[in-house]
Amino acid sequence: MNESRQKILDRLRTVSREEGGWLQRRVDKRAWSEEEKVQRFAECMSAVRAEVYRTSEVSWVKDLQRILKSKGAHNLLYAPVKPHGKLLLEDFSSSGIELLPYDLEVERWKRRLFEEMDASITGCRGAIAETGSLILWPDEEEPRLLSLIPPIHCVLLPAEQIYSTFSEAVDIQGWVEGMPTNALLISGPSKSADIAQVLAYGVHGPKSLVVLIIP
Amino acid sequence: MSGEFHDSVVKALGDDALRQHLRRAMDSLIEKRLAVFPDQDALQALRRYGMAIRGNALSKLPQLLERFEARCEENGVHVHWAETTDEANKIVFEILQSNDVKRLVKGKSMVSEEMGLNHFLEDKGIECLESDLGEFIIQLAGETPSHIVMPALHKSKQEIAELFHEKFPDIPYSDDVDELTAVARGILREKFMQADAGISGVNFLIAETGTLCLVENEGNGRMSTTVPRLHIAVTGIEKVVEKLADVPPLLSLLTRSATGQPITTYFNMIKGPRQPGEKDGPQEVHLVLLDNGRSRIFADEELQATLRCIRCGACINHCPIYTRLGGHAYGTVYPGPIGSILEPQKEGLERLGELAEASTLCGACGEVCPVRIPIPKLLNRLRWEGVRQDGTGETSGQGRRRKHSESLAWKGWSSLASRPVLYRIAVKSACRFRRLLPQQLGPWTHVRKAPEIAEKPLRELVEVQGFTDE
Ligand code: SF4
Repeated sequence: MNESRQKILDRLRTVSREEGGWLQRRVDKRAWSEEEKVQRFAECMSAVRAEVYRTSEVSWVKDLQRILKSKGAHNLLYAPVKPHGKLLLEDFSSSGIELLPYDLEVERWKRRLFEEMDASITGCRGAIAETGSLILWPDEEEPRLLSLIPPIHCVLLPAEQIYSTFSEAVDIQGWVEGMPTNALLISGPSKSADIAQVLAYGVHGPKSLVVLIIP
Repeated sequence: MSGEFHDSVVKALGDDALRQHLRRAMDSLIEKRLAVFPDQDALQALRRYGMAIRGNALSKLPQLLERFEARCEENGVHVHWAETTDEANKIVFEILQSNDVKRLVKGKSMVSEEMGLNHFLEDKGIECLESDLGEFIIQLAGETPSHIVMPALHKSKQEIAELFHEKFPDIPYSDDVDELTAVARGILREKFMQADAGISGVNFLIAETGTLCLVENEGNGRMSTTVPRLHIAVTGIEKVVEKLADVPPLLSLLTRSATGQPITTYFNMIKGPRQPGEKDGPQEVHLVLLDNGRSRIFADEELQATLRCIRCGACINHCPIYTRLGGHAYGTVYPGPIGSILEPQKEGLERLGELAEASTLCGACGEVCPVRIPIPKLLNRLRWEGVRQDGTGETSGQGRRRKHSESLAWKGWSSLASRPVLYRIAVKSACRFRRLLPQQLGPWTHVRKAPEIAEKPLRELVEVQGFTDE
């Protein structure tokens, strides 16, 4: 095995070429105002059937309840230790929607996760206006599968954290300094056009993606 | 053309339904791509940037691979190197065996197709289930992908409906795309839960951070790399880029060129296995780096451009040959223009050199390629490699496509063309005896009239008009 490594690298090394010092890297960004970014983000998201709501610091919990009810969700998977998780806990008891914390390792409740969860909520690390993408860095409290298994995924997005491009987000947030085990861009609900080029939603991941923008 | 290739071409051309289906599919892909590149200047600038990023990475390939490997080890990802597909298959099998894996799910990976991984593992008693919807369909049908981005592109909705009905007789027949998708979702969710391992491909490797990047729409790639306790990624050694900053422009070029999407639903960047305190993600992550002829392609300065490819499939979508044949007629893992430059180099010119000949050199592929691979030029170069006799090229099978009759004909032509008197006599006699030319010229005249030779040579016609040699 190590032998193959050596052989491959040796073969590559025998070819001496001038190293590309000629690559001029650039950060691609747009001079959009916050409002322009919110609008562009919402347009892109709507184009792929994600739902975008403009809400507020005080009303998002109520808005979320209303949206989930209209979709017939009976429960909501969430991260209890996050600040938004604490807010939910204060205010969800009367809604009739059961709050379920993601507080066990996946192996211990895989079947329940797959079969019983209707919806989930996560925060995010910002978004990208140009392509309509949410940036998620799952962590100990908000594990990776929160944004993948439940059929409805809701995301809280502070408007000031929308960047114009991916390139700008990587640059300003300093991603090179330390990325998590898994970083994600999510740009709509799961979809496929593999059957006769007809677009179908909700293939393996969430069928609906709900974004709550908070000014 | 060889017997096998010839037969599959004839068969494909005779399939009117397939041709209509492909034409429609390609027209819509071409239109979608145009719509997401509204600004021509911006597109050309981005293509030049993409080419520079990939060119830069290749110019330091060995260093970047070592840097990437070192980062991976820091991040807890195990890196394996394989010279051949056999070796890669064995490595994957050993990892699976030591983890006692019986069932696995796969995300889409063309490199795993190159390896023939499914067959290899199934022979060893491991269940491999393709989870990308298109791959799932062709696995059910016992076929291979006909396109590198849309593997089941050749199948109509009705064919898929019938296939599902045949394979899952308990589920009521439907040819509604949403219902078919729901059937697949139900079956595959169960499999994601049960799988002991997930196998995926990779779109980009980042040397600077040791990150594996995966591009997808469905979420099956995320499922395969997150739910099972073991994740194995397989990819080619050319996929590495130097810096994280190189990824956004390449991602934009990739998704827009491939399907006309500004971005795919998921862009999944994997740094390593589950950390203490984390509640999901695989406990072990392995990466197999496959050479399989790539380092030989790397050795030729011109042909090295082949390795810039980011597998977007745009060259395929714009190819008049592919649109008439579909992917299966090529008989290779990678079809279309990219396949016609990659496969002959990988598998040797004696076996697949004819793919480089099956092209009109119309240039569409080179014009759309997001990393500006001069595909037509490389096709021409491979034609030459196939007949060159000096024995100094790097490509395997060089000179093996030389045919005695052809080289004799060209020799005759060149000696004729370099002797003015003889040349004039030949041209004159061709004009004089033009009626003796047969009217039936094999397959050429099945659908066309035989060409007619003019009464007088061009030179004389021009002289009559008052032009001189100067
Ligand atoms: S050769 Fe160019 S156009 Fe074809 S798949 Fe590769 S990157 Fe895309």
